[in-house]
This record gives sequence, structure tokens and C-alpha cells, in this order.
Amino acid sequence: MTYVLKIVFVLMCTSVVHTTGAQENMARLRGGSYMPLYGTDSMEVTIADFLLDVYPVSNKAYRSFVKERPEWRKSKVKRLFADGRYLVDWESDLSYGNELPAKAPVTNVSWFAAKKYCECQGKRLPTIDEWEYAAMADENTADARKNGTYNQKILDWYEAPRSLGKEVGTNLKNYWGIYDLHGLVWEWTLDFNSVLISGESRKDVDKDSNLFCGSAALGASDLMNYAAFMRYAFRGSMRANYAIKNLGFRCAKDAPKI
Amino acid sequence: MKKIGHAILLLLLTVNISSCDTKKTDKLATMAYRCPMKCEGDKTFDQPGNCAICKMELIPVDTKIPETDGISDLSIYNLPSVWTTQNNTEIELKQLKGDVIVMVMIYTSCRAACPRLVADMRGIEAQIPQAQKDDVKLVLVSIDPETDTPERLKEFALENEMESDQWILLRGSEGDTREFAAVLAVNYKKISPMDFSHSNIISVFDQKGELAHQQEGLGVNNKDTVSKILELAR
Repeated sequence: MTYVLKIVFVLMCTSVVHTTGAQENMARLRGGSYMPLYGTDSMEVTIADFLLDVYPVSNKAYRSFVKERPEWRKSKVKRLFADGRYLVDWESDLSYGNELPAKAPVTNVSWFAAKKYCECQGKRLPTIDEWEYAAMADENTADARKNGTYNQKILDWYEAPRSLGKEVGTNLKNYWGIYDLHGLVWEWTLDFNSVLISGESRKDVDKDSNLFCGSAALGASDLMNYAAFMRYAFRGSMRANYAIKNLGFRCAKDAPKI
Repeated sequence: MKKIGHAILLLLLTVNISSCDTKKTDKLATMAYRCPMKCEGDKTFDQPGNCAICKMELIPVDTKIPETDGISDLSIYNLPSVWTTQNNTEIELKQLKGDVIVMVMIYTSCRAACPRLVADMRGIEAQIPQAQKDDVKLVLVSIDPETDTPERLKEFALENEMESDQWILLRGSEGDTREFAAVLAVNYKKISPMDFSHSNIISVFDQKGELAHQQEGLGVNNKDTVSKILELAR
């Protein structure tokens, strides 16, 4: 009798963990307004409070996902949703092999795959604005973009030969308690395809290029944050089924009202 | 009491099962259950129950027969999204299967490039001989689903002489629109409540829904686009 009750109790606990699990390892960010990098068309964006994964999604976590969702295994995935580089370094459908650390961020995943992974956790990908908002913090301040050492550190990483194979959580923990926004891998965002920049931006001398309608096409006028400019340019060159070696992701969620 | 314990146990288990991260049992199940509305695509569950999203009762499906419908890997008809037309009817993209599709993403309140893009679409339509018209559909997808209601799309179609059955104007959810744009490699961004910046791309899909040709830019020579359409619609 007590035995049964005990089981029920244990199950209830796991069930509670199960339902609140979505918030486990997520940090809450206080919303605010900031000026993102949109070239000449700069305007303040306002971010509502949101939750963001503390770490990028690891190989191990991603394996649990493909175990449950066979259509996202590398032998099954549709080319529309992920190109031939999808999980290319994984040994097989359900094994990332011995070369890749379990706790290293999963890379070679497409936008579709990343998006689906987050949806299955009851989460979503962060928007560009949210990601950049979280990433402008250093250890001590929420907005460190004017801080020279902050920019230099990020640029040093962009120049470093490779940071692949490193485990999540090994880089700086920022003001919000979030790790690895810089220094490990680049990350997918929900609206990565809202960056308007053509593949050959160096050729676009003509600002009124016919390739885009409207004025938000990214101009290189404000290079205060050169690192951010590189991120926007990178996003602008992505396609949703690309699976790239240095591109991973983490999930976000609207913050519950307190 | 013991019975109640069991009941709670069962309840907890079903709660766990109905969430997205379903734990598949090792049993080789021959029967599976799927939402009739396919809220989660072709995802199946090994227990009957209700869909977590639309709450409809799951229907049994035979897992032995994969539901491919002969849709190829690269086909846009793999997208499960549901769209609303200018006639306020709901369609899935794969209902367009079998026709050559010429597709563009616009928004009806656009004053800059969209009228030219629309003109380009009409220019393409004008070059399709009558005999082949039935095999070609011209589709405009709104990037501003908030403003572009079916009524608005209908008005836009009338204003722009897109009244024949060949023209289909679609709006979907914000998420599905973003996803669809991602498939077409169309980038767009809302820059004010009324305005968007977006790539000017006209895409041609073959009868299977695979991308056959894209034309980028405004007022470009559409010779290649038209010849691709005619080649496919043969």
C-alpha cells in the first residue's frame, strides 16, 4: 500500500520535472530596448522578457531528439529540410561516435531541424533581436558593446582557427547567466532570413539594388560593432536547409508572467 | 485505494505520453495513431488519445505503409502548412501538386517593388499560350498575413486583374510564412507597421513541387523563366 503510494509520489515528481523541464537550464532575461545593428535604418527594438537556454544544444541532447523523431535522423531527413552536410560527422543515425564529445554543441544542423527540436521541447528559436540582446552582455553588464575589450574578445574568437569539439559551458558566463554565446559556435535564429544582404555584398555599390524592396537592406555604415556586422552578414548568407560545421543553436521561450 | 493508485499511475503515464517527447516503447507496434488534422505532421503515437494541439481524437494509421504520397525529398509539398486563399478556402500546398507553379512573395500594401513584381508575374502569364494555361498556376504569398486578410487579397486580385482560376493568393500564419520564405530563400523584414523589406524573387516549381528556376530582381528579362515554364508545362 505505502509502496504504491511511494511509486505514485515518485512518478508525480518525475512528471513535475517533466513539465517544468522546459525551464530547466534556462535563464530569464529582463526585456528592454536597444539599438540593434541595422545599418542606416537603425531604430530601437523593444524586447519582452524571455527565457533562453543557458547552453547551446549538445550532441547528446540532440541524439535524444532523433531517437524520438526518426524523420530527423540523418538517413531519413528530407533534403528540403537539411542538405547533405546534416550531421555529417555523426557515425550513424543514433550515434555521434567517439570523435565528437557528448557535451559539445551539436552542429551541422539545419534551421528546420533546430526549429523542430525547440518546438518539441515546448520552446522556439530565439529571434535575432533576442539573441543579439542576450549576446551584448559581458560578465558584468547587460550592454557591453561600447566596451573595447568585449568587442576585441569576440573578434579574437572569430579569428581563432577553431573552437570545435569544445564542450558547452567552457566559455564566459555572461550577465544573464548564459554561456557560450560567443566563443563556441554560431547559432541559428528564428528569423535569420530577415537579414537583407545579398550574397555578394561587396558588389552592391548601388544601395537601391533591385534585389530588395525597401530600405532595410543592411549597409555597412555603422561599424561600431563589427562583430555583430559579421553575424548579420553570416545570417544573411544562410539558407534554411544548410547544415554547417560551426553553426549550432539554442532554444528560447516567452517568459511566463510573474 | 490500490485501484486509485493505479488510476493515478495510468493518468500520469498518459500525460507523459501525450507530450511531444513521446517515449516510444520497444514493442513492435503495428498500429499507430495520428492526429486527423496532422497538427504535428506525420507524427504518430502508439496509444489512442487526443491531439495535444487541436484536441481532436487521434485516428489509427497503419505504420507499415509510409505516407509518402510519392512526394520527393526536395518537394515543397513536404511542408504541412495550411493556407487561406483569396476566396477564403483553406488549402494545403500539396493540393497544387501536378501543376507548374510560379510563385512570388509580396504584401498588398506595398508601394515600392511589389507592383513591379506583380507586373512581372502578369508579364509571365501573358506569355503562356492558352493551351498550356490550365497546367500553370500563378501564386502570390503574402508576407504580411496580419494585414492581408482573404478579403484584402480578393480586392487585390480584382484590382490587378487576377480573376481567373490560374491566380491563387495565399496567406498563412506568421510562422508558416517565415518557414515558407526560408524554403524559397526569400528574406523579409518588417520595417514599420505598414512596410516590409523583402527579396524580389519569382520561383518556378515543377509538377512535383521541386524548385526548377528562380529569377531574382525587378524588371529582369523573363525569357528564361518563361521558357522554363513552357518546357515544364508541356
